[in-house]
Amino acid sequence: MLDLFEISKTFNPGTINEKRALHKLSLHLDPGDFVTVIGGNGAGKSTMLNAIAGVWPIDEGRIVLDGNDVTALPEHKRAFLIGRVFQDPMMGTAPNMQLEENLALAKRRGQKRGLGWGVTKEERAEYRERLKTLGLGLEDRMTARVGLLSGGQRQAVTLLMASLQEPKLLLLDEHTAALDPATAAKVLDLSDRIVAEHNLTTLMITHNMTDAIQHGNRLIMMNEGQIILDIRGEEKKHLTRQELLEKFAALAGTPMETDSVLLS
Amino acid sequence: MSEYFASLNVLKLLRNMPGGISQGLIWGIMALGIYVTFRLLDVADLTVDGSFTTGGAVTVMLILAGWPAWAALLVAILAGMLAGFCTGMLHTKFGIPAILAGILTQFALYSINLHIMGMAANKAVSVDKYHLLISSRNIPLAILTSALIAIALVSLFYWYFGTEQGSALRATGSNPAMSRALGINIDNMKVLGLSISNGIVALAGGLMSQYQGFADINMGRGAIVIGLAAVIIGEVLGNALLKKYINFYFTLSFTVIGGIIYYLVVVIVLWLRLNSNDLKLFTAIVVALFLAVPYLRGQRISSFAKFKQKGAKTHA
Repeated sequence: MLDLFEISKTFNPGTINEKRALHKLSLHLDPGDFVTVIGGNGAGKSTMLNAIAGVWPIDEGRIVLDGNDVTALPEHKRAFLIGRVFQDPMMGTAPNMQLEENLALAKRRGQKRGLGWGVTKEERAEYRERLKTLGLGLEDRMTARVGLLSGGQRQAVTLLMASLQEPKLLLLDEHTAALDPATAAKVLDLSDRIVAEHNLTTLMITHNMTDAIQHGNRLIMMNEGQIILDIRGEEKKHLTRQELLEKFAALAGTPMETDSVLLS
Repeated sequence: MSEYFASLNVLKLLRNMPGGISQGLIWGIMALGIYVTFRLLDVADLTVDGSFTTGGAVTVMLILAGWPAWAALLVAILAGMLAGFCTGMLHTKFGIPAILAGILTQFALYSINLHIMGMAANKAVSVDKYHLLISSRNIPLAILTSALIAIALVSLFYWYFGTEQGSALRATGSNPAMSRALGINIDNMKVLGLSISNGIVALAGGLMSQYQGFADINMGRGAIVIGLAAVIIGEVLGNALLKKYINFYFTLSFTVIGGIIYYLVVVIVLWLRLNSNDLKLFTAIVVALFLAVPYLRGQRISSFAKFKQKGAKTHA
């Protein structure tokens, strides 16, 4: 489904701030793979997701998604293949627009936007049903401005938006990190449900080791712009947090340094 | 002092009101254009000071060349759209901040407008010799015509910004990062929005030049401020009168009404025989006040200042 062939990205090349974020990184995902991504700060996790999404061009390598070589395509031209949820709950929705308008924008992801109505009557009925499944009572607030919703609600809406037009690849970039634990658990549950329902190929970054072990069928660990560990299937099911930390220390040569990782 | 008040003639003020309304309507039409950039795209576009004059200049020159007024206005709209397009390209293709891109285009338009007017700073078009769409000679007709144009534009905007494309344009202003992730080409949307906006501004310039019977190289000076004044007065008024019943159609309508109110205030200021050279200072103060209202209101509800006294007492 997704193939990364030795992709590299260096930020601010030739300056004092030069940062090699990705280094000849390769990755292959099979259809339906749900991969959790862990690694310390600056390991290149978000950079990898942004490279796949096309936020900026990469320096070297190829990115092939569902048989399309998307390396040369800018972000908005890849959007028809990719659904995304960001870390910042404010980033995934348009605050000045109505809830149903946001959903309608997402429903048309990657399609030509002409002079037909922005939200049609049939769509409204569909959105009402989909919103009901979130269990947040949002089906009664379809004309409310999204800016009025809480962070957790907005993140749930963004998840729904990412799946309205079924993506070939779902990118979840620490999408629960900014939420309180109870809300984070709910949104994570919802993610599992949506991924399972559509059998979506998914990459999910998390700082929470337990989440990384419990969710998905495959776990990759990154360090210094490369994948240093790739665990799947039965092996992943029996993985413990302690093992993971030890593996990281052995492979990276340093213990995992972030508080969020140590405390989780 | 009493002499001053005795010299003010209320009848004269009333006589000036219809003229104020018809000019205010034209500024209100222009404000619809500014609404698109300022509120929907979230860009303060300074091109308008130039494109308003461009609209006036193109209209007058074409009418002088024998074109019918409506056709001249259509070309004026296209000329304004071209100006907005230039600003949009400077901004999106060359990475120049939107506000600077607008200033650059506006600056360039000064020369271009002079060229359009055959290197004259002022071109008259007499309603006696040419058939004009509106004129200060016939104020009731001018009010009717510009009101119809305003209603048509409000309806057109209401429809367009409800379409898929219009929604994409609004999304670009509301959350550009999300818009890109949803496959919207935000550069194109910005160029489109700036073009639409300046097309409407040029239309208003074309109407104004007919109304006053001439185009002047300086007629657009301060148009952005007047437009902002209209947008903001309209918002404050609309929210105060309609509260939660306000919708997009009313918001647009109140933008036009904001233009009328702005110009009626100008009429009153002039009637009070305040120095007309102070008009721009006065306008700036009014706009600053209205821009500050939402912020100050928020401050009253939640502010550090209200704790000042209490804190001083406990910790003194």
